Amino acid sequence: MAGRALLPRKIINYFMLGVCALGAGIAIIVVCLMLGYILAKGLSFISLDFIISESVPAGYEGGGMRNEIIGTLILVVLGSLIAVPLGMLTGIFLSEFGSPKVAATVRFAADVLAGVPSIVVGVFAYIVIVSQYGYSAFSAGAALSIIMIPVVARTTEESMRLVPGSLREAALALGITRWRSVIFVAIPGALTGIVSGIMLGVARIAGETAPLLFTALGNNFSFEGLARPISALPLQIYNYALSSDKNWQEQAWAGAFLLVMIVLLISLAVRWMSRKGRA
Amino acid sequence: MDTIINAEINSTMLLDDSMPILQVENVSAYYGAFRAVKDVNMNIPAKAVTAIIGPSGCGKSTLLRCFNRMHEVAHAARVEGKIMFDGNNIYSIGTDPVRIRCHIGMVFQKPNPFPTMSVLDNVVAGRRLSSLWTKRSEMEELAEKCLRQAALWDEVKDKLKQSGASLSGGQQQRLCIARALAVQPEIILMDEPCSALDPIATIKIEDLMRTLTEEYTIVVVTHNMQQAGRVSDMTAFMLMSDDRAGELIEYGTTQQVFTNPRDKRTEDYITGRFG
Amino acid sequence: MPRLTFEKRLQNLQDELLVMGSMVEEAISRSTDALKNRNLALARQVIEGDKAINQKRYDIEEMCVKLIATQQPLARDLRVIIAVLNMVVDLERIGDYAEGNAEIAIIIGDEPPLKPLIDIPRMSDKSGEMMHAALDAFMRRDADTARKVIAEDSFVDNLYDQVFRELLTYMVSDPSTINRAMRLIWVAHNLERSADRVTNICERIVFIVTGKVEEVGVAKREC
Repeated sequence: MAGRALLPRKIINYFMLGVCALGAGIAIIVVCLMLGYILAKGLSFISLDFIISESVPAGYEGGGMRNEIIGTLILVVLGSLIAVPLGMLTGIFLSEFGSPKVAATVRFAADVLAGVPSIVVGVFAYIVIVSQYGYSAFSAGAALSIIMIPVVARTTEESMRLVPGSLREAALALGITRWRSVIFVAIPGALTGIVSGIMLGVARIAGETAPLLFTALGNNFSFEGLARPISALPLQIYNYALSSDKNWQEQAWAGAFLLVMIVLLISLAVRWMSRKGRA
Repeated sequence: MDTIINAEINSTMLLDDSMPILQVENVSAYYGAFRAVKDVNMNIPAKAVTAIIGPSGCGKSTLLRCFNRMHEVAHAARVEGKIMFDGNNIYSIGTDPVRIRCHIGMVFQKPNPFPTMSVLDNVVAGRRLSSLWTKRSEMEELAEKCLRQAALWDEVKDKLKQSGASLSGGQQQRLCIARALAVQPEIILMDEPCSALDPIATIKIEDLMRTLTEEYTIVVVTHNMQQAGRVSDMTAFMLMSDDRAGELIEYGTTQQVFTNPRDKRTEDYITGRFG
Repeated sequence: MPRLTFEKRLQNLQDELLVMGSMVEEAISRSTDALKNRNLALARQVIEGDKAINQKRYDIEEMCVKLIATQQPLARDLRVIIAVLNMVVDLERIGDYAEGNAEIAIIIGDEPPLKPLIDIPRMSDKSGEMMHAALDAFMRRDADTARKVIAEDSFVDNLYDQVFRELLTYMVSDPSTINRAMRLIWVAHNLERSADRVTNICERIVFIVTGKVEEVGVAKREC
């Protein structure tokens, strides 16, 4: 009796399974190809020298991206300094204090902000800051923070929401005020999630190039202060990759490799942390 | 142990003689426009266990949460009527719900120790988080006292530094009771405190409730009628009326309610002929 | 210490039963004393004391009802409570027999004695002894002792037969003694019934221990 109905159903079943597997396979293949290519190319050009020495003009041999690495670190720290407090406060507001209507509006705004192309963010920062004060590390950090805020805000909100309401009730029932219960009960409970969010945000802005084009400008010399243009890894990769100098192109590969490694390591750390947080 | 018997003997006169610790007058509780509890009047005697029983959805938990202003924590929830505690209406304007909750503690259905805190920190959380400065030795003393009162000390004295979440369900619930005791309330409200526990843990909590009446007043909501019989001195029976609002059908000593209920609906419910 | 409250209340109930038992035991011996020593004041005390015994019965019954209604007793706990409910009936009735004897003591008043009382006090002592043993067996959950007490009932039955025959000869030889002899026969009869009630109590003890309702095999006299 079931035989007749079963056959087409089984076929459809296998077909859909195949389609899904194909999609997943393509995604994995693309990632593997990309990583493999960068790894293969980058590994052959990377060296200790690349990390510790300054860049050299086109046509010369050797040189490295020390200034760019330091610049990226500074920019990431700068962006985080602005985005982490703002993002966390936004996330806490969304999950703890906002009335449903206000929260929905803020959440929508954060989602839109997250979806804004990074080049638009760059243009925005250029108009608002750079056109007034000139190219600077600070303007780049501000631009990066705009990208980071929604990431931090949403992950903070999500992980705060995952803290069971029963814990908040427990705190309230002990005669603890609302804000103290948020600080001492809800935030500690959500901490691993919040830190994961911050690290994801860091990974995101570490690789951003477009906003830097309009704000950091780039700088071949070592760090000169927050008010001066600053160099950064993605920026230099962009510049070098487009040049015709062979040494520069090789260094671009090495830089790309370094950048991918940083982002990959952060992602792995986040995964490890969130697994540990759950256990 | 003598107090157990005394409490039992006294239970018959609880209503007439002693001054009630909570006087509930015409209390209605709302969620938005929906009235969940309708016109409840009852006097809750001090240092006794009062049980609120009734089928699911009859508003018993909602009523309980009105007693320490936890009801209004939910979105768009509000309460009408008066609840007199210590001669003051806890719903009068200017009364701080945080203060009320220090006097009237609560234990919830699911054990909810703070997972990020140790056993010790859990017990003293109420005290530590509501004052600016606390002395460590004092906190340890307080924790031991409350854990002993909650009959948990012997089981956890070697695990004070472990996470509160590492204990068993029954131990967690007693930890939550210890945590409520540490605020030194006069009344402890318990919202189905045993429904997530196994029978042995349940019996331990029930025994604990009896011994706690030496110092505290307990109001317990339970869907387990037998439990109400076992632990309480007074029993209130609630039922959903036609407009889906919970009503107090009958309130009296547990013995009277269980052996000779005045209302036919109470009798139907406790004899299992309900619905 | 599981179910602290229930254990306490169950123990309380049993203590109350023992209290009632000793009240009844005392009533038996005091009524016989009143009879033997022509002590009317003591007889009145026994009659008065029966009210307390009756009240005790109602109190214990109420405790049983409360325990059953609120504590869901099962297995042996349930048997104890059911047994106690039965035992208080027997105890109360034994108390009534003692009251009856005290009333007879008052009726006899200062009539000249028919004969010195020897077997009747022996019956009384034996009934009291059986009762004491029964309550002891109840406390210790001792079915063997309970069965032994039941066997001892025949001793009281035999004494009753003896008293009955003896008083019969008085009545046959001198009809003017019928009144006084009949009163003593009632007394003996009351005591014999008391001992029978004690055997009922013992059967309940066996029930608590074994869970079986058994009529322990002793030939009961028909009345």
